[in-house]
Amino acid sequence: MEYFLQQLINGLTLGAIYGLIAIGYTMVYGIIGMINFAHGEIYMIGAFIAVITFLVLGTVGITWVPLMLLVVLIMAMLFTAVYGWTIERIAYRPLRNSPRLAPLISAIGMSIFLQNYVQLLQGARVKPLPPVVPGGFSLMERADGFVVQISYLQLTIILLTVALMYGFTQIIQRTELGRAQRACEQDKTMAGLLGVNVDRTISLTFVMGAALAAVAGVMVTLYYGVIDFYIGFLAGVKAFTAAVLGGIGSLPGAMLGGLFIGLIEAFWSAYFTIEYKDVATFSILVLVLIFRPSGLLGRPEIEKV
Amino acid sequence: MLTVSGVHTFYGAIEALKGVDLEVSAGEIVTLIGANGAGKSTLLMTICGNPPARAGRVIFEGEDITRLPTFEIVRRGIAQSPEGRRIFPRMTVLENLQMGSISAKPGSFNTELERVFHLFPRLKERIDQRAGTMSGGEQQMLAIGRALMSQPRLLLLDEPSLGLAPLVVRQIFQVIKDINREQKMTVFMVEQNAFHALKLAHRGYVMVTGKITMSGTGAELLANEEVRAAYLEGGH
Ligand SMILES: Nc1ncnc2c1ncn2[C@@H]1O[C@H](COP(=O)(O)OP(=O)(O)OP(=O)(O)O)[C@@H](O)[C@H]1O
Ligand SMILES: [Mg+2]
Repeated sequence: MEYFLQQLINGLTLGAIYGLIAIGYTMVYGIIGMINFAHGEIYMIGAFIAVITFLVLGTVGITWVPLMLLVVLIMAMLFTAVYGWTIERIAYRPLRNSPRLAPLISAIGMSIFLQNYVQLLQGARVKPLPPVVPGGFSLMERADGFVVQISYLQLTIILLTVALMYGFTQIIQRTELGRAQRACEQDKTMAGLLGVNVDRTISLTFVMGAALAAVAGVMVTLYYGVIDFYIGFLAGVKAFTAAVLGGIGSLPGAMLGGLFIGLIEAFWSAYFTIEYKDVATFSILVLVLIFRPSGLLGRPEIEKV
Repeated sequence: MLTVSGVHTFYGAIEALKGVDLEVSAGEIVTLIGANGAGKSTLLMTICGNPPARAGRVIFEGEDITRLPTFEIVRRGIAQSPEGRRIFPRMTVLENLQMGSISAKPGSFNTELERVFHLFPRLKERIDQRAGTMSGGEQQMLAIGRALMSQPRLLLLDEPSLGLAPLVVRQIFQVIKDINREQKMTVFMVEQNAFHALKLAHRGYVMVTGKITMSGTGAELLANEEVRAAYLEGGH
Protein backbone atom coordinates (compact mmCIF):
# COMPACT_ATOMS: atom_id res chain seq x y z
CA MET A 1 0.00 0.00 0.00
CA GLU A 2 2.67 2.50 1.02
CA TYR A 3 4.87 1.45 -1.85
CA PHE A 4 1.91 1.82 -4.20
CA LEU A 5 1.22 5.32 -2.92
CA GLN A 6 4.82 6.32 -3.47
CA GLN A 7 4.70 5.09 -7.06
CA LEU A 8 1.48 7.01 -7.55
CA ILE A 9 3.22 10.22 -6.51
CA ASN A 10 6.20 9.51 -8.75
CA GLY A 11 3.90 8.60 -11.62
CA LEU A 12 1.87 11.78 -11.27
CA THR A 13 5.03 13.85 -11.39
CA LEU A 14 6.25 12.15 -14.54
CA GLY A 15 2.78 12.33 -16.03
CA ALA A 16 2.63 16.07 -15.46
CA ILE A 17 5.85 16.50 -17.41
CA TYR A 18 4.75 14.26 -20.29
CA GLY A 19 1.36 15.94 -20.37
CA LEU A 20 2.90 19.39 -20.79
CA ILE A 21 4.97 18.20 -23.73
CA ALA A 22 2.03 16.29 -25.21
CA ILE A 23 -0.06 19.47 -25.40
CA GLY A 24 2.36 20.89 -27.95
CA TYR A 25 2.07 17.81 -30.16
CA THR A 26 -1.67 17.75 -29.96
CA MET A 27 -2.20 21.46 -30.62
CA VAL A 28 0.10 21.59 -33.60
CA TYR A 29 -1.49 18.46 -34.98
CA GLY A 30 -4.91 19.98 -34.44
CA ILE A 31 -4.14 23.12 -36.34
CA ILE A 32 -1.97 21.94 -39.22
CA GLY A 33 -2.62 18.20 -39.21
CA MET A 34 1.03 17.36 -38.81
CA ILE A 35 3.22 15.83 -36.12
CA ASN A 36 5.91 18.30 -35.15
CA PHE A 37 8.76 15.84 -34.71
CA ALA A 38 11.08 18.63 -33.60
CA HIS A 39 8.92 19.25 -30.51
CA GLY A 40 10.99 16.92 -28.30
CA GLU A 41 14.04 19.01 -29.18
CA ILE A 42 12.23 22.15 -28.05
CA TYR A 43 11.82 20.53 -24.68
CA MET A 44 15.50 19.59 -24.64
CA ILE A 45 16.46 23.18 -25.46
CA GLY A 46 14.20 24.33 -22.64
CA ALA A 47 16.17 22.08 -20.28
CA PHE A 48 19.49 23.49 -21.48
CA ILE A 49 18.33 27.05 -21.09
CA ALA A 50 17.27 26.12 -17.57
CA VAL A 51 20.75 24.82 -16.68
CA ILE A 52 22.44 27.85 -18.22
CA THR A 53 20.12 30.28 -16.45
CA PHE A 54 20.66 28.52 -13.11
CA LEU A 55 24.41 28.81 -13.58
CA VAL A 56 24.17 32.48 -14.51
CA LEU A 57 21.90 33.20 -11.55
CA GLY A 58 24.38 31.37 -9.33
CA THR A 59 27.29 33.51 -10.53
CA VAL A 60 25.43 36.77 -10.00
CA GLY A 61 24.50 35.59 -6.52
CA ILE A 62 20.75 35.14 -6.78
CA THR A 63 20.01 32.12 -4.64
CA TRP A 64 16.49 32.65 -3.32
CA VAL A 65 14.77 29.59 -4.73
CA PRO A 66 11.34 30.98 -5.70
CA LEU A 67 12.97 33.88 -7.55
CA MET A 68 15.40 31.51 -9.27
CA LEU A 69 12.57 29.27 -10.39
CA LEU A 70 10.58 32.19 -11.70
CA VAL A 71 13.47 33.66 -13.67
CA VAL A 72 14.44 30.27 -15.06
CA LEU A 73 10.90 29.49 -16.13
CA ILE A 74 10.48 32.84 -17.84
CA MET A 75 13.81 32.63 -19.62
CA ALA A 76 13.19 29.07 -20.78
CA MET A 77 9.71 29.88 -22.02
CA LEU A 78 10.86 33.02 -23.82
CA PHE A 79 13.77 31.40 -25.60
CA THR A 80 11.96 28.24 -26.61
CA ALA A 81 9.03 30.32 -27.83
CA VAL A 82 11.44 31.99 -30.22
CA TYR A 83 12.72 28.57 -31.28
CA GLY A 84 9.17 27.30 -31.81
CA TRP A 85 8.30 30.34 -33.89
CA THR A 86 11.45 30.03 -35.98
CA ILE A 87 10.99 26.31 -36.60
CA GLU A 88 7.50 26.91 -37.92
CA ARG A 89 8.75 29.68 -40.17
CA ILE A 90 11.70 27.76 -41.58
CA ALA A 91 10.63 24.15 -41.63
CA TYR A 92 6.85 24.13 -41.99
CA ARG A 93 5.34 27.28 -43.42
CA PRO A 94 7.07 27.03 -46.81
CA LEU A 95 5.68 23.50 -47.09
CA ARG A 96 2.12 24.36 -46.00
CA ASN A 97 0.60 23.29 -49.32
CA SER A 98 2.95 20.42 -50.13
CA PRO A 99 2.15 16.71 -49.88
CA ARG A 100 1.97 15.54 -46.26
CA LEU A 101 5.25 13.68 -46.42
CA ALA A 102 7.29 16.83 -47.12
CA PRO A 103 6.76 18.65 -43.79
CA LEU A 104 7.21 15.35 -41.98
CA ILE A 105 10.67 14.88 -43.46
CA SER A 106 11.40 18.54 -42.82
CA ALA A 107 10.39 18.03 -39.18
CA ILE A 108 12.73 15.08 -38.75
CA GLY A 109 15.51 17.08 -40.40
CA MET A 110 14.86 19.96 -38.02
CA SER A 111 14.98 17.59 -35.07
CA ILE A 112 18.35 16.15 -36.11
CA PHE A 113 19.67 19.63 -36.75
CA LEU A 114 18.65 20.88 -33.30
CA GLN A 115 20.24 17.89 -31.56
CA ASN A 116 23.52 18.45 -33.35
CA TYR A 117 23.33 22.17 -32.83
CA VAL A 118 23.01 21.79 -29.08
CA GLN A 119 25.66 19.09 -29.03
CA LEU A 120 28.07 21.40 -30.84
CA LEU A 121 27.34 24.38 -28.64
CA GLN A 122 27.13 22.59 -25.31
CA GLY A 123 29.20 19.45 -25.82
CA ALA A 124 28.10 15.86 -25.73
CA ARG A 125 28.74 15.33 -22.04
CA VAL A 126 25.94 15.07 -19.52
CA LYS A 127 25.19 18.38 -17.77
CA PRO A 128 24.65 18.03 -14.03
CA LEU A 129 22.77 20.46 -11.84
CA PRO A 130 22.94 20.39 -8.05
CA PRO A 131 19.55 20.00 -6.37
CA VAL A 132 17.80 23.36 -6.22
CA VAL A 133 14.66 22.40 -4.35
CA PRO A 134 15.63 19.85 -1.69
CA GLY A 135 13.42 18.35 0.99
CA GLY A 136 9.83 17.23 1.14
CA PHE A 137 6.95 15.98 3.22
CA SER A 138 6.88 12.50 4.71
CA LEU A 139 3.33 11.34 4.32
CA MET A 140 3.37 8.01 6.16
CA GLU A 141 5.73 5.30 7.31
CA ARG A 142 5.47 1.55 6.94
CA ALA A 143 6.35 -0.78 9.80
CA ASP A 144 9.66 -1.73 8.17
CA GLY A 145 10.68 1.89 7.87
CA PHE A 146 9.68 2.60 4.26
CA VAL A 147 8.60 6.24 4.12
CA VAL A 148 6.13 7.61 1.60
CA GLN A 149 7.43 10.97 0.53
CA ILE A 150 6.35 13.78 -1.68
CA SER A 151 9.22 16.12 -2.29
CA TYR A 152 8.72 19.86 -2.49
CA LEU A 153 9.88 19.59 -6.06
CA GLN A 154 7.27 16.98 -6.94
CA LEU A 155 4.64 19.14 -5.34
CA THR A 156 5.85 22.16 -7.31
CA ILE A 157 5.80 20.21 -10.55
CA ILE A 158 2.29 18.89 -10.03
CA LEU A 159 0.82 22.18 -8.86
CA LEU A 160 2.51 24.22 -11.57
CA THR A 161 1.29 21.77 -14.20
CA VAL A 162 -2.27 21.88 -12.93
CA ALA A 163 -2.19 25.68 -12.92
CA LEU A 164 -0.72 25.87 -16.43
CA MET A 165 -3.18 23.38 -17.82
CA TYR A 166 -6.07 25.24 -16.26
CA GLY A 167 -4.87 28.57 -17.61
CA PHE A 168 -4.21 27.08 -20.97
CA THR A 169 -7.65 25.52 -21.24
CA GLN A 170 -9.15 28.89 -20.37
CA ILE A 171 -7.19 30.54 -23.17
CA ILE A 172 -8.39 27.98 -25.69
CA GLN A 173 -11.99 28.06 -24.50
CA ARG A 174 -12.55 31.70 -23.69
CA THR A 175 -10.23 34.07 -25.49
CA GLU A 176 -10.38 35.38 -29.02
CA LEU A 177 -7.01 33.78 -29.74
CA GLY A 178 -8.28 30.40 -28.53
CA ARG A 179 -11.39 30.68 -30.65
CA ALA A 180 -9.29 31.63 -33.66
CA GLN A 181 -7.12 28.56 -33.04
CA ARG A 182 -10.14 26.29 -32.89
CA ALA A 183 -11.59 27.95 -35.98
CA CYS A 184 -8.35 27.38 -37.91
CA GLU A 185 -8.47 23.76 -36.78
CA GLN A 186 -11.92 23.36 -38.33
CA ASP A 187 -11.73 25.51 -41.46
CA LYS A 188 -8.75 27.77 -42.24
CA THR A 189 -10.35 29.27 -45.33
CA MET A 190 -13.40 30.36 -43.39
CA ALA A 191 -11.32 31.64 -40.51
CA GLY A 192 -9.46 33.82 -43.00
CA LEU A 193 -12.73 35.05 -44.49
CA LEU A 194 -13.73 36.27 -41.05
CA GLY A 195 -10.55 38.23 -40.57
CA VAL A 196 -8.35 35.73 -38.72
CA ASN A 197 -4.68 36.04 -39.58
CA VAL A 198 -4.23 32.32 -40.11
CA ASP A 199 -0.42 32.37 -40.41
CA ARG A 200 -0.07 34.30 -37.18
CA THR A 201 -2.48 31.98 -35.39
CA ILE A 202 -0.44 28.96 -36.46
CA SER A 203 2.76 30.67 -35.32
CA LEU A 204 1.24 31.40 -31.93
CA THR A 205 0.20 27.78 -31.60
CA PHE A 206 3.83 26.72 -32.05
CA VAL A 207 4.91 29.38 -29.58
CA MET A 208 2.43 28.24 -26.93
CA GLY A 209 3.32 24.57 -27.38
CA ALA A 210 7.01 25.43 -27.15
CA ALA A 211 6.54 27.44 -23.97
CA LEU A 212 4.79 24.54 -22.27
CA ALA A 213 7.50 22.13 -23.42
CA ALA A 214 10.04 24.54 -21.93
CA VAL A 215 8.34 24.32 -18.56
CA ALA A 216 8.56 20.53 -18.83
CA GLY A 217 12.26 20.91 -19.70
CA VAL A 218 12.91 23.06 -16.64
CA MET A 219 11.13 20.63 -14.37
CA VAL A 220 12.91 17.59 -15.73
CA THR A 221 16.23 19.33 -15.21
CA LEU A 222 15.33 19.92 -11.60
CA TYR A 223 13.86 16.46 -11.13
CA TYR A 224 16.67 14.33 -12.53
CA GLY A 225 19.50 16.79 -12.06
CA VAL A 226 21.21 15.71 -15.31
CA ILE A 227 20.47 16.42 -18.92
CA ASP A 228 22.12 15.86 -22.28
CA PHE A 229 21.43 16.82 -25.85
CA TYR A 230 19.65 13.53 -26.46
CA ILE A 231 16.83 13.72 -23.86
CA GLY A 232 14.42 15.24 -26.36
CA PHE A 233 14.12 12.06 -28.35
CA LEU A 234 12.84 9.72 -25.65
CA ALA A 235 10.69 12.30 -23.89
CA GLY A 236 9.38 13.36 -27.28
CA VAL A 237 8.32 9.86 -28.23
CA LYS A 238 6.70 9.32 -24.86
CA ALA A 239 4.79 12.58 -24.96
CA PHE A 240 3.80 11.80 -28.50
CA THR A 241 2.51 8.44 -27.26
CA ALA A 242 0.60 10.30 -24.57
CA ALA A 243 -0.96 12.58 -27.18
CA VAL A 244 -1.96 9.65 -29.37
CA LEU A 245 -3.27 7.70 -26.39
CA GLY A 246 -5.41 10.64 -25.31
CA GLY A 247 -6.56 11.26 -28.87
CA ILE A 248 -4.36 13.41 -31.05
CA GLY A 249 -5.88 16.86 -31.46
CA SER A 250 -7.62 16.72 -28.08
CA LEU A 251 -6.33 18.98 -25.32
CA PRO A 252 -7.83 17.12 -22.33
CA GLY A 253 -6.72 13.95 -24.12
CA ALA A 254 -3.10 15.08 -24.08
CA MET A 255 -3.26 15.78 -20.35
CA LEU A 256 -4.94 12.47 -19.60
CA GLY A 257 -2.58 10.59 -21.90
CA GLY A 258 0.42 12.20 -20.21
CA LEU A 259 -0.86 11.14 -16.83
CA PHE A 260 -1.40 7.58 -18.05
CA ILE A 261 2.08 7.28 -19.52
CA GLY A 262 3.65 8.70 -16.38
CA LEU A 263 1.77 6.29 -14.13
CA ILE A 264 2.48 3.30 -16.33
CA GLU A 265 6.17 4.13 -16.40
CA ALA A 266 6.35 4.57 -12.63
CA PHE A 267 4.46 1.38 -11.82
CA TRP A 268 6.26 -0.65 -14.44
CA SER A 269 9.63 0.40 -13.06
CA ALA A 270 8.50 -0.35 -9.54
CA TYR A 271 6.83 -3.70 -9.99
CA PHE A 272 8.54 -5.18 -13.06
CA THR A 273 11.94 -4.28 -14.41
CA ILE A 274 13.14 -0.75 -14.82
CA GLU A 275 15.08 -1.70 -17.96
CA TYR A 276 11.90 -2.33 -19.89
CA LYS A 277 9.95 0.76 -18.86
CA ASP A 278 10.40 2.40 -22.25
CA VAL A 279 9.29 -0.76 -23.98
CA ALA A 280 6.06 -0.58 -21.99
CA THR A 281 5.35 2.90 -23.34
CA PHE A 282 6.08 1.94 -26.90
CA SER A 283 3.93 -1.17 -26.66
CA ILE A 284 1.08 1.09 -25.63
CA LEU A 285 1.71 3.30 -28.64
CA VAL A 286 1.53 0.29 -30.93
CA LEU A 287 -1.58 -1.11 -29.25
CA VAL A 288 -3.43 2.21 -29.37
CA LEU A 289 -2.54 2.71 -33.00
CA ILE A 290 -3.83 -0.75 -33.85
CA PHE A 291 -6.98 -0.89 -31.76
CA ARG A 292 -8.08 2.66 -31.16
CA PRO A 293 -6.25 5.11 -33.42
CA SER A 294 -8.55 7.94 -32.37
CA GLY A 295 -7.36 7.55 -28.77
CA LEU A 296 -9.28 7.85 -25.52
CA LEU A 297 -10.86 11.26 -26.06
CA GLY A 298 -10.24 11.78 -29.76
CA ARG A 299 -13.09 11.97 -32.17
CA PRO A 300 -13.22 9.38 -34.93
CA GLU A 301 -12.45 10.77 -38.37
CA ILE A 302 -15.97 10.14 -39.64
CA GLU A 303 -17.37 12.97 -37.54
CA LYS A 304 -15.88 15.46 -40.01
CA VAL A 305 -18.78 17.46 -41.40
CA MET B 1 -18.01 50.84 -54.06
CA LEU B 2 -16.70 47.62 -55.61
CA THR B 3 -15.13 47.50 -59.03
CA VAL B 4 -13.91 44.28 -60.57
CA SER B 5 -12.02 44.77 -63.81
CA GLY B 6 -10.47 42.20 -66.12
CA VAL B 7 -10.15 39.60 -63.38
CA HIS B 8 -8.65 36.22 -64.26
CA THR B 9 -8.52 33.50 -61.61
CA PHE B 10 -6.92 30.10 -61.92
CA TYR B 11 -7.07 26.83 -60.00
CA GLY B 12 -3.75 25.37 -61.04
CA ALA B 13 -4.00 25.32 -64.82
CA ILE B 14 -7.81 25.68 -64.89
CA GLU B 15 -8.94 29.18 -65.70
CA ALA B 16 -12.16 29.71 -63.72
CA LEU B 17 -12.55 33.46 -64.36
CA LYS B 18 -11.66 34.67 -67.83
CA GLY B 19 -11.72 38.43 -67.54
CA VAL B 20 -14.61 39.49 -65.34
CA ASP B 21 -15.79 43.11 -65.21
CA LEU B 22 -18.53 44.30 -62.93
CA GLU B 23 -19.45 47.01 -60.53
CA VAL B 24 -21.46 47.28 -57.34
CA SER B 25 -22.47 50.72 -56.10
CA ALA B 26 -23.09 51.69 -52.49
CA GLY B 27 -26.60 50.88 -51.28
CA GLU B 28 -27.37 48.40 -54.05
CA ILE B 29 -28.45 44.80 -54.05
CA VAL B 30 -26.75 43.17 -57.01
CA THR B 31 -27.45 39.58 -58.04
CA LEU B 32 -25.17 37.35 -60.06
CA ILE B 33 -26.75 34.36 -61.77
CA GLY B 34 -25.22 31.65 -63.91
CA ALA B 35 -25.13 27.91 -64.50
CA ASN B 36 -23.27 25.46 -62.30
CA GLY B 37 -19.54 25.81 -62.70
CA ALA B 38 -19.79 29.25 -64.30
CA GLY B 39 -17.40 30.71 -61.73
CA LYS B 40 -19.79 32.59 -59.44
CA SER B 41 -18.37 31.30 -56.19
CA THR B 42 -14.87 31.76 -57.51
CA LEU B 43 -15.64 35.42 -58.13
CA LEU B 44 -16.85 35.96 -54.56
CA MET B 45 -13.77 34.21 -53.21
CA THR B 46 -11.47 36.17 -55.50
CA ILE B 47 -12.94 39.43 -54.20
CA CYS B 48 -11.77 38.20 -50.78
CA GLY B 49 -8.36 37.24 -52.14
CA ASN B 50 -8.60 33.45 -51.76
CA PRO B 51 -7.63 32.52 -54.44
CA PRO B 52 -6.31 35.92 -55.53
CA ALA B 53 -6.78 37.15 -59.09
CA ARG B 54 -3.85 36.32 -61.33
CA ALA B 55 -4.62 39.27 -63.56
CA GLY B 56 -6.97 42.23 -63.34
CA ARG B 57 -7.92 44.37 -60.37
CA VAL B 58 -10.39 44.42 -57.52
CA ILE B 59 -11.04 47.91 -56.15
CA PHE B 60 -12.99 48.40 -52.94
CA GLU B 61 -13.88 51.94 -51.92
CA GLY B 62 -11.13 53.33 -54.09
CA GLU B 63 -8.43 51.01 -52.76
CA ASP B 64 -6.79 48.26 -54.79
CA ILE B 65 -7.28 45.12 -52.69
CA THR B 66 -6.30 42.59 -55.36
CA ARG B 67 -3.07 41.51 -53.69
CA LEU B 68 -3.98 41.92 -50.04
CA PRO B 69 -4.16 38.84 -47.81
CA THR B 70 -7.72 37.70 -47.10
CA PHE B 71 -7.82 38.85 -43.49
CA GLU B 72 -6.74 42.34 -44.53
CA ILE B 73 -9.44 42.51 -47.20
CA VAL B 74 -12.29 41.53 -44.95
CA ARG B 75 -11.11 43.88 -42.22
CA ARG B 76 -11.74 46.72 -44.65
CA GLY B 77 -15.47 46.08 -44.43
CA ILE B 78 -16.35 43.05 -46.56
CA ALA B 79 -18.03 39.94 -45.18
CA GLN B 80 -18.96 36.75 -46.95
CA SER B 81 -21.42 33.98 -46.27
CA PRO B 82 -19.70 31.47 -48.53
CA GLU B 83 -20.84 28.51 -50.58
CA GLY B 84 -21.62 25.55 -48.36
CA ARG B 85 -22.16 27.82 -45.32
CA ARG B 86 -18.90 26.78 -43.69
CA ILE B 87 -20.08 27.29 -40.14
CA PHE B 88 -17.68 25.92 -37.53
CA PRO B 89 -19.42 22.65 -36.65
CA ARG B 90 -17.69 22.04 -33.33
CA MET B 91 -18.35 25.51 -32.01
CA THR B 92 -21.56 26.74 -30.47
CA VAL B 93 -23.85 29.21 -32.20
CA LEU B 94 -22.57 31.96 -29.94
CA GLU B 95 -18.93 31.13 -30.68
CA ASN B 96 -19.63 31.18 -34.40
CA LEU B 97 -21.12 34.63 -34.02
CA GLN B 98 -18.14 35.72 -31.94
CA MET B 99 -15.91 34.59 -34.78
CA GLY B 100 -17.98 36.80 -37.06
CA SER B 101 -17.16 39.87 -35.02
CA ILE B 102 -13.37 39.55 -35.30
CA SER B 103 -13.12 42.32 -37.87
CA ALA B 104 -15.87 44.40 -36.27
CA LYS B 105 -15.38 47.69 -34.48
CA PRO B 106 -14.40 47.01 -30.87
CA GLY B 107 -17.32 47.27 -28.48
CA SER B 108 -19.97 46.65 -31.12
CA PHE B 109 -20.50 43.01 -30.20
CA ASN B 110 -23.60 43.29 -28.03
CA THR B 111 -25.57 45.58 -30.33
CA GLU B 112 -24.74 43.46 -33.36
CA LEU B 113 -25.67 40.30 -31.50
CA GLU B 114 -29.05 41.77 -30.61
CA ARG B 115 -29.58 42.81 -34.19
CA VAL B 116 -28.77 39.35 -35.53
CA PHE B 117 -31.03 37.72 -32.93
CA HIS B 118 -33.77 40.11 -33.95
CA LEU B 119 -33.39 39.04 -37.60
CA PHE B 120 -33.08 35.35 -36.72
CA PRO B 121 -34.82 34.61 -33.41
CA ARG B 122 -34.10 30.92 -33.99
CA LEU B 123 -30.42 31.56 -33.42
CA LYS B 124 -31.14 33.02 -30.02
CA GLU B 125 -33.03 29.88 -29.02
CA ARG B 126 -30.06 27.79 -30.14
CA ILE B 127 -27.34 29.98 -28.69
CA ASP B 128 -25.44 27.18 -26.90
CA GLN B 129 -26.07 24.42 -29.43
CA ARG B 130 -23.16 22.99 -31.37
CA ALA B 131 -23.54 24.48 -34.82
CA GLY B 132 -22.83 21.18 -36.58
CA THR B 133 -25.96 19.66 -35.07
CA MET B 134 -28.30 22.34 -36.42
CA SER B 135 -30.59 21.92 -39.42
CA GLY B 136 -29.57 23.18 -42.83
CA GLY B 137 -31.83 26.20 -42.62
CA GLU B 138 -30.57 27.11 -39.17
CA GLN B 139 -27.00 26.76 -40.37
CA GLN B 140 -27.75 29.12 -43.25
CA MET B 141 -29.19 31.66 -40.82
CA LEU B 142 -26.06 31.29 -38.74
CA ALA B 143 -23.81 31.77 -41.76
CA ILE B 144 -25.59 34.99 -42.70
CA GLY B 145 -25.80 36.15 -39.09
CA ARG B 146 -22.08 35.51 -38.65
CA ALA B 147 -21.32 37.59 -41.74
CA LEU B 148 -23.48 40.40 -40.39
CA MET B 149 -21.68 40.45 -37.03
CA SER B 150 -18.79 42.47 -38.45
CA GLN B 151 -21.27 45.10 -39.66
CA PRO B 152 -19.74 45.03 -43.16
CA ARG B 153 -20.33 47.72 -45.72
CA LEU B 154 -20.34 45.08 -48.44
CA LEU B 155 -22.04 41.75 -47.82
CA LEU B 156 -21.29 38.85 -50.17
CA LEU B 157 -23.82 36.01 -50.13
CA ASP B 158 -23.25 32.76 -52.01
CA GLU B 159 -26.54 30.97 -52.63
CA PRO B 160 -28.24 31.91 -49.37
CA SER B 161 -31.40 30.02 -50.36
CA LEU B 162 -29.74 26.74 -51.31
CA GLY B 163 -31.58 23.70 -50.02
CA LEU B 164 -34.09 25.61 -47.92
CA ALA B 165 -37.87 25.25 -47.66
CA PRO B 166 -39.86 27.95 -49.50
CA LEU B 167 -40.93 29.57 -46.24
CA VAL B 168 -37.34 29.90 -45.04
CA VAL B 169 -36.24 31.15 -48.45
CA ARG B 170 -38.82 33.92 -48.23
CA GLN B 171 -37.63 34.74 -44.74
CA ILE B 172 -34.00 34.94 -45.82
CA PHE B 173 -34.80 37.17 -48.79
CA GLN B 174 -36.85 39.40 -46.51
CA VAL B 175 -33.88 39.71 -44.19
CA ILE B 176 -31.63 40.66 -47.11
CA LYS B 177 -34.12 43.33 -48.16
CA ASP B 178 -34.36 44.65 -44.59
CA ILE B 179 -30.66 44.94 -43.94
CA ASN B 180 -30.21 46.66 -47.28
CA ARG B 181 -32.98 49.12 -46.60
CA GLU B 182 -32.56 49.76 -42.89
CA GLN B 183 -28.81 49.41 -42.44
CA LYS B 184 -27.88 50.70 -45.90
CA MET B 185 -25.77 47.62 -46.39
CA THR B 186 -24.62 46.90 -49.93
CA VAL B 187 -25.32 43.31 -50.97
CA PHE B 188 -23.73 41.32 -53.77
CA MET B 189 -25.23 37.86 -54.02
CA VAL B 190 -25.04 34.74 -56.09
CA GLU B 191 -28.32 32.88 -56.51
CA GLN B 192 -29.71 29.86 -58.30
CA ASN B 193 -33.15 31.01 -57.27
CA ALA B 194 -33.01 33.53 -60.11
CA PHE B 195 -36.62 34.65 -60.01
CA HIS B 196 -36.67 35.72 -56.39
CA ALA B 197 -33.16 37.06 -56.47
CA LEU B 198 -33.68 39.24 -59.53
CA LYS B 199 -36.97 40.53 -58.17
CA LEU B 200 -35.18 41.59 -55.02
CA ALA B 201 -32.13 43.05 -56.75
CA HIS B 202 -31.60 46.52 -58.12
CA ARG B 203 -29.30 45.13 -60.77
CA GLY B 204 -28.08 41.79 -61.97
CA TYR B 205 -25.34 40.11 -63.96
CA VAL B 206 -25.29 36.84 -65.85
CA MET B 207 -22.12 34.78 -65.90
CA VAL B 208 -21.31 32.05 -68.41
CA THR B 209 -18.11 30.00 -68.11
CA GLY B 210 -16.00 32.62 -66.43
CA LYS B 211 -17.29 35.71 -68.21
CA ILE B 212 -20.08 38.23 -67.70
CA THR B 213 -22.40 37.94 -70.69
CA MET B 214 -25.28 40.17 -69.69
CA SER B 215 -26.22 42.85 -67.21
CA GLY B 216 -29.16 45.09 -66.45
CA THR B 217 -31.69 45.98 -63.81
CA GLY B 218 -33.44 43.13 -62.08
CA ALA B 219 -36.62 43.81 -64.00
CA GLU B 220 -34.80 43.93 -67.35
CA LEU B 221 -33.14 40.59 -66.77
CA LEU B 222 -36.38 39.04 -65.59
CA ALA B 223 -38.03 40.13 -68.83
CA ASN B 224 -35.16 39.00 -71.04
CA GLU B 225 -35.97 35.98 -73.21
CA GLU B 226 -32.53 34.39 -72.97
CA VAL B 227 -32.48 34.72 -69.20
CA ARG B 228 -35.99 33.33 -68.96
CA ALA B 229 -35.08 30.34 -71.11
CA ALA B 230 -31.83 29.53 -69.37
CA TYR B 231 -32.49 30.36 -65.71
CA LEU B 232 -36.17 30.79 -65.07
CA GLU B 233 -38.03 27.93 -66.74
CA GLY B 234 -39.94 26.34 -63.94
CA GLY B 235 -37.61 28.21 -61.62
CA HIS B 236 -40.36 29.56 -59.38
N1 LIG C 1 -10.73 24.36 -55.59
C1 LIG C 1 -10.87 24.16 -56.92
N2 LIG C 1 -9.93 23.49 -57.62
C2 LIG C 1 -10.06 23.30 -58.94
N3 LIG C 1 -11.09 23.72 -59.67
C3 LIG C 1 -12.06 24.39 -59.03
C4 LIG C 1 -12.01 24.65 -57.63
N4 LIG C 1 -13.11 25.33 -57.27
C5 LIG C 1 -13.81 25.50 -58.40
N5 LIG C 1 -13.19 24.94 -59.45
C6 LIG C 1 -13.65 24.95 -60.85
O1 LIG C 1 -13.84 26.29 -61.24
C7 LIG C 1 -15.03 26.43 -62.00
C8 LIG C 1 -15.94 27.45 -61.34
O2 LIG C 1 -16.40 26.94 -60.10
P1 LIG C 1 -17.34 27.76 -59.13
O3 LIG C 1 -17.46 27.00 -57.87
O4 LIG C 1 -16.85 29.15 -59.06
O5 LIG C 1 -18.72 27.71 -59.93
P2 LIG C 1 -20.14 28.23 -59.50
O6 LIG C 1 -20.58 29.16 -60.56
O7 LIG C 1 -20.13 28.75 -58.12
O8 LIG C 1 -21.01 26.90 -59.58
P3 LIG C 1 -22.24 26.41 -58.66
O9 LIG C 1 -23.44 27.11 -59.18
O10 LIG C 1 -22.30 24.94 -58.95
O11 LIG C 1 -21.92 26.73 -57.26
C9 LIG C 1 -15.64 25.03 -62.09
O12 LIG C 1 -15.31 24.48 -63.33
C10 LIG C 1 -15.00 24.27 -60.97
O13 LIG C 1 -14.87 22.91 -61.30
MG1 LIG D 1 -20.99 28.20 -56.40
